[in-house]
Amino acid sequence: MTYPPQEPENERWLDESAGPLVRPYVMTSGRLQPVRGEFDLITLVEATGPAPSVAIGLGPEHLAIIRLCQTLMSVAEITAHLDLPTGTVRVLLGDLLDKGLVTVQEPQPEIDMQDLRMYQAVIDGLRAL
Amino acid sequence: MASAPSSAAGTRRRMPTAIKILVAGGFGAGKTTLVGAVSETEPLRTEEVLTDRGVGVDDIEGVETKRTTTVAMDFGRITFGDEFVLYLFGTPGQERFWFMWDEVALGALGAVVLADTRRLADCFPAIDYFERRGTPFIVAVNCFEGAQRYEADEVKQALQIGPGIPVLLCDARRKESSKEVLITLVQHAMKMRAAR
Repeated sequence: MTYPPQEPENERWLDESAGPLVRPYVMTSGRLQPVRGEFDLITLVEATGPAPSVAIGLGPEHLAIIRLCQTLMSVAEITAHLDLPTGTVRVLLGDLLDKGLVTVQEPQPEIDMQDLRMYQAVIDGLRAL
Repeated sequence: MASAPSSAAGTRRRMPTAIKILVAGGFGAGKTTLVGAVSETEPLRTEEVLTDRGVGVDDIEGVETKRTTTVAMDFGRITFGDEFVLYLFGTPGQERFWFMWDEVALGALGAVVLADTRRLADCFPAIDYFERRGTPFIVAVNCFEGAQRYEADEVKQALQIGPGIPVLLCDARRKESSKEVLITLVQHAMKMRAAR
């Protein structure tokens, strides 16, 4: 019986430029839309508690989001810190929102931005930087 | 859209309001530099999938063809107490797909268009877009070393933008200068809202 020649250990076919081994849609079980929520890039997310030790129905990425969102984070920051596509993060956040593991605050739509007090607060805040 | 946290945990403190400002401009105009000059964190990178919803809709067939493209954006954050969080998104401006930017521009307080006088035409698509969309914007001319200096009025004339739109010179590497750019934008946006 003959065996194919062994590849040297250090000769890897997959490296960073080959892309992730697990494709993003695998993390979302092929889903493209979140079950709940809109999730703009500046939607703010905060975990309602620590990551659960028994995590039925949650993947490692769900838990990573919960750990990250112990402090307030925007969707954009979550995607940057976890290096995941925005679409994937939106689906995962929808799951977490559905299970009550995160609270979210969607940004105000443009029509509600008449609040002149907000503009003044931003101007004052920038001056104080 | 609800402004209250949408979970049942009603006892939790109120979340701050998130605000978005876009920093648009051509490649190398200094978008990330400006974001980094004022951000409380190192600029981070995110991407957004832009969908061209309007083009290619065939009413008779009912078949909608959508084109999508992914853009990378560097962004920063400034927290103002516990009430407001400002996010600054550097958005690539000379790209041909500016018509797809509605998803990113939605809800933005306003936009800074960064101009590089050596390649002034690079910022035209962004100016066109914000003008058509009615997004409050200003033009900040990033003064690169070695580039010929122009007065703000000369640039304004070259860009042929409306008289009410502020144009100012800046050095995106400097925090004070970048702060001034943002303050000018927010003041302009505030004036536009108040006039509505």
